[in-house]
Amino acid sequence: MNQIFTVNLLFSSIRLATPLILAALGGMFSERSGVINIALEGLMLAGAFTAASITYYAGSPWVGLFAAIIAGAAIAMLHAVACIRFKADQVVSGTAINILLTGIPALLSGAFFLSSGSTPQIPEGHLIPYTPVVIAFALVPVTWYALNRTPFGLRLRAVGENPEAADAAGVSVPLMRYTGVLLSGALAGIGGAYLSIGQSSLFTRNMTSGRGFIALAALIFGKWRPVQTMLACLLFGFTEAIAIQLQGVRFGGEEIPNQFIQIIPYVLTIVVLAGFIGQSRAPRALGIPYQKER
Amino acid sequence: MKFLRELMFPVIAVVAAFVVGGIVVWLVGDNPFQVYGLMLGSALTWPDGIGYTLFYATPIIFTGLAVAVAFRCGLLNIGAEGQLYVAAFATAWVSIKLGGVVVTGMSGVPVQPWANLPGVALVPLAVAAAIVVGGVWGGIPGWLKARFGAHEVITTIMMNFIAVGLVSYFTQYHYRSQGDPIMETAAIGQSAYIPRLGSFIPGLPERLPVNVAFLLAIVACAVVYVFLWRTKWGYEIRATGANPLAAEYGGINVRRQIVLAMAVSGGLAGLVGVNEVLGYHHRYYDAFSDNYGFAGIAVALLGRNHPVGVFFAALLFAMLQRGGIPVDAFSEHVSKDLVQVLQGIVILFVASEALFRGTFGRFGLLKRSKV
Amino acid sequence: MLELREITKRFGDVLANDHVNIRVEPGTIHAIVGENGAGKSTAMRIAYGFYTADSGEIVVEGEPRNIQTPHDAIRLGIGMVHQHFMLVDTMTVAENIVLGAEPGSAASIDLKKAAAEIRQLSDEFRLAVDPNALVQDLSVGQQQRVELLKALYRRARLLILDEPTAVLTPQEVEEFFAILRRMREQGKTVIIITHKLSEVLAISDDVTVMRDGRVVGRVKTKETNAAELARMMVGRDVLLRVEKPDAKPGAVVLGVKNLSVSVGEGERGVRDVSFDVRAGEIVGIAGVEGNGQTELIESLAGLVPASQVSGAVEFDGRDITRAGAREHYELGIAHVPEDRHRRGLLLDFDLAENSILGLHYRKPAVSVGPLLDLGGIRGRALEIIRDFDVRPANPDLPARALSGGNQQKLIIGREFEMRPKLLLVSQPTRGVDIGAIEFIHRKLVELRDEGCAILLVSAELEEVTSLSDRLLVIYHGRIVGEVDPKQTSQEEIGLMMTGGKKGSDG
Repeated sequence: MNQIFTVNLLFSSIRLATPLILAALGGMFSERSGVINIALEGLMLAGAFTAASITYYAGSPWVGLFAAIIAGAAIAMLHAVACIRFKADQVVSGTAINILLTGIPALLSGAFFLSSGSTPQIPEGHLIPYTPVVIAFALVPVTWYALNRTPFGLRLRAVGENPEAADAAGVSVPLMRYTGVLLSGALAGIGGAYLSIGQSSLFTRNMTSGRGFIALAALIFGKWRPVQTMLACLLFGFTEAIAIQLQGVRFGGEEIPNQFIQIIPYVLTIVVLAGFIGQSRAPRALGIPYQKER
Repeated sequence: MKFLRELMFPVIAVVAAFVVGGIVVWLVGDNPFQVYGLMLGSALTWPDGIGYTLFYATPIIFTGLAVAVAFRCGLLNIGAEGQLYVAAFATAWVSIKLGGVVVTGMSGVPVQPWANLPGVALVPLAVAAAIVVGGVWGGIPGWLKARFGAHEVITTIMMNFIAVGLVSYFTQYHYRSQGDPIMETAAIGQSAYIPRLGSFIPGLPERLPVNVAFLLAIVACAVVYVFLWRTKWGYEIRATGANPLAAEYGGINVRRQIVLAMAVSGGLAGLVGVNEVLGYHHRYYDAFSDNYGFAGIAVALLGRNHPVGVFFAALLFAMLQRGGIPVDAFSEHVSKDLVQVLQGIVILFVASEALFRGTFGRFGLLKRSKV
Repeated sequence: MLELREITKRFGDVLANDHVNIRVEPGTIHAIVGENGAGKSTAMRIAYGFYTADSGEIVVEGEPRNIQTPHDAIRLGIGMVHQHFMLVDTMTVAENIVLGAEPGSAASIDLKKAAAEIRQLSDEFRLAVDPNALVQDLSVGQQQRVELLKALYRRARLLILDEPTAVLTPQEVEEFFAILRRMREQGKTVIIITHKLSEVLAISDDVTVMRDGRVVGRVKTKETNAAELARMMVGRDVLLRVEKPDAKPGAVVLGVKNLSVSVGEGERGVRDVSFDVRAGEIVGIAGVEGNGQTELIESLAGLVPASQVSGAVEFDGRDITRAGAREHYELGIAHVPEDRHRRGLLLDFDLAENSILGLHYRKPAVSVGPLLDLGGIRGRALEIIRDFDVRPANPDLPARALSGGNQQKLIIGREFEMRPKLLLVSQPTRGVDIGAIEFIHRKLVELRDEGCAILLVSAELEEVTSLSDRLLVIYHGRIVGEVDPKQTSQEEIGLMMTGGKKGSDG
């Protein structure tokens, strides 16, 4: 039993929390500006696929990372236009993006790599296992500062709480929301990139396995605040780390079925949502398209 | 006239999706016209094309109806995937336990069934199991929303993952025949089999997998129509989705409607199990679903959440799916994931044009909890 | 200082401003008065750039200006404090004040500088607030000061205040007036939009009166009085005074005792209200919107959660204080809601389906088991359509397709058809055309004469005085008086509605 609780566990938790933190921080910018972003899963996939493909071609993970950021932002733009310009239902739009991204990477990898969804293996020298981790944790205080101490952050938050007030004060509501959503795409893209060229060495079909949604749950659990969200992500990362450690371990002679361990993060997410919804703390204008009415 | 106007928007969405999809195809180096021609052409041959199309359409009709019913109550059920998995497993389980099948699983110890019922009893029980278990799996997120305000999009997606995990466990550890390398349960009792359409429709070869479940799907469309528009329960569900405040004014218990709608939705999704387990594989075959749950969303939106629309939209997607196979095989660059891409684009377009119909307010309940 | 010339603005079907001309002299306090819906807020929002006019021009300090956004207005020295405060509750006072005009750089807000400037303005205008307090923790009066500071922070020379005293206690109103006088001393120009005549006379220098989207008069405050202003505000084309026989009230049907309804966010609820309604009489409640009528009716209709209600409501001898909407229907209480789109109709459903809302779960809407009797429903809908003159007379049309008046007639028909013992009706003729108004009024009297008890809430003074047998006036959640509508003048009632005392002359 004591093989389980080692320093390794701590490092594992940090590594596993990294993509969650990146996606969740991204989601934070979008949601605090008032736009629900269910598409974190799809955005991460976009980043993961782009990073793996471009890194393979360009031979450099930095180019791949950069491309992932662009890809994430580009896909997020679809969501932004649909929701802000066309006032589409934000949840449906986000779902559409997720569905889209279960297909596009596979389609493109089939075309370019003649594979059924994966990209080719990338040599170890071209991977970035540590940089995204640093970026993720560094972004936490940066995000806090940006949201709470800069004019940009103030306006973004105002737009998410009371867009009418912001509008009356001369702030452009659409501009702030577009920015928020694009940032979410960029950051989720980095999160996805870490999955494919940081934690592993290629992209496989649907490799995010729900992480985008877990990041969203962490965001809600963390009450849309940077530090609390980071802690929530660490919690989820820890859960996943324990799950991996527990694989193959025997409890009283019987091997614990893999499946039970695998579903822990998802069950935990539901528990979190049921118990800690804190509706009063969500950005008040979240999910409501802004329309000047009478 | 109004009907034509209603038709216009889905048509625009589909055409737009094809156009964008065509661009994607062109970008990866294939000829879009060739690809689409291949797709649609292979879906319409007789008997194979049409036979397979109807077979693929069956599960999507069920999930499309499921999502449509939920939408009518203002809820977005992404959990059809999980609901159909647990329901399919339950169907197999009932058909094994009450179908006289001895299972020798991982432990090596043969487990005896509880009974060996004849088909007339077993089939209805198996179908009932599918509906009930699917309904429970859908009702749980419904309850979570009604009671805690937990947004159904996330909870249903989590339930999907949990469903897959649980069902996989039971299959692997308890119901897979020892020595079987494939992740599937033992075969169900013979009396639970439902016949293929080819066995009683002249001219249709029996090798085609389309079975009685397709007829059940048609019946389900009719039942959903009657339920939603001819019963007081359906009225309450639709009223809640259209305007929860007015529904409340009319004495409707909005919370109860949420749970009810999600349960009915789950039950409909569960019927996929009938097609899959009783009519095709005759066992629970792990991960059998080809994204039926998500296809259901596209189909419901395209079909304007109406059973007739769902039926035809499902046929369309089934054609795409059927056509995806030769595209996969014969085109150089395009794989059948194109279908997925087309689905996503369709939903995006349909969601955006909701503005033009002034119906974004329809999803009143979607705004009720914060995500 | 500011002039609006021939400003015209349309919202869909409604002509909110019809060639409006307003002139405000610099260094004065100018009041714009009118009833709800007169177009005052619209005109000022145009001046502030929140809306753009369809035609007309805005002249600031002698120069015609193009004001398209609030940003433009702010740059010209125009500031506006809206009726519903535009503050972000979860942010501090300082953050709210500097939003959009933050001192410091793009990388960092200079909070110290902000606080210092705010303190300076606070002192200058005697607007005491704590810059670090959260807006949601402030009283309404304090929040208003934050709004004023917001405008002053941006160097506004003209301040437009929309219904500034609507939510203030009398105490706070006095403090507020002192602030306005101070501003005038400092050379600012102030426009207040209000319908409270007593206050207009107390504080303003000039008055512009608006009615139905037009300006009907401009006078110097010193040269006018409440009666004259009221007449200009309220006088309209002849609205037929309803000829009705005297009421023959029977037994008490509804007994309300010490009813209080709480709502969140410091909104006015209902405070310790008691009254009775008898069978065969119409009891009216007059009052400016936002004084608790909505909450009162909703709680009497069973639409307010039990936890927010205290006191007792008795119907026909039964305690229904905490009963829900469906129980109310079962007992014979009908409700015509004040917002028909929000509460009363399923706009995308057809008229037939709307006609059974509330009664859809039992006979006669239901035939066998859970099945709806579609034929019967349609037939009954046709009856309602015929008896209540709903046009177009087609039950298959969606409710959305009908005009406001016809929608209202449908709702009234639906509620009347259940032969209720008590009818709660709120703003029955809002947004309804003249012909339908007359029809609805007649039907209400008919229902009364059949023995129904009716509780009528209306912000239209003419309507509520001519229909009611007894009239209660509500203000800030309390019943401030009961009068006999036949014996009391509209001006008197109007004054009671706005906090004045009965018998005073403003």
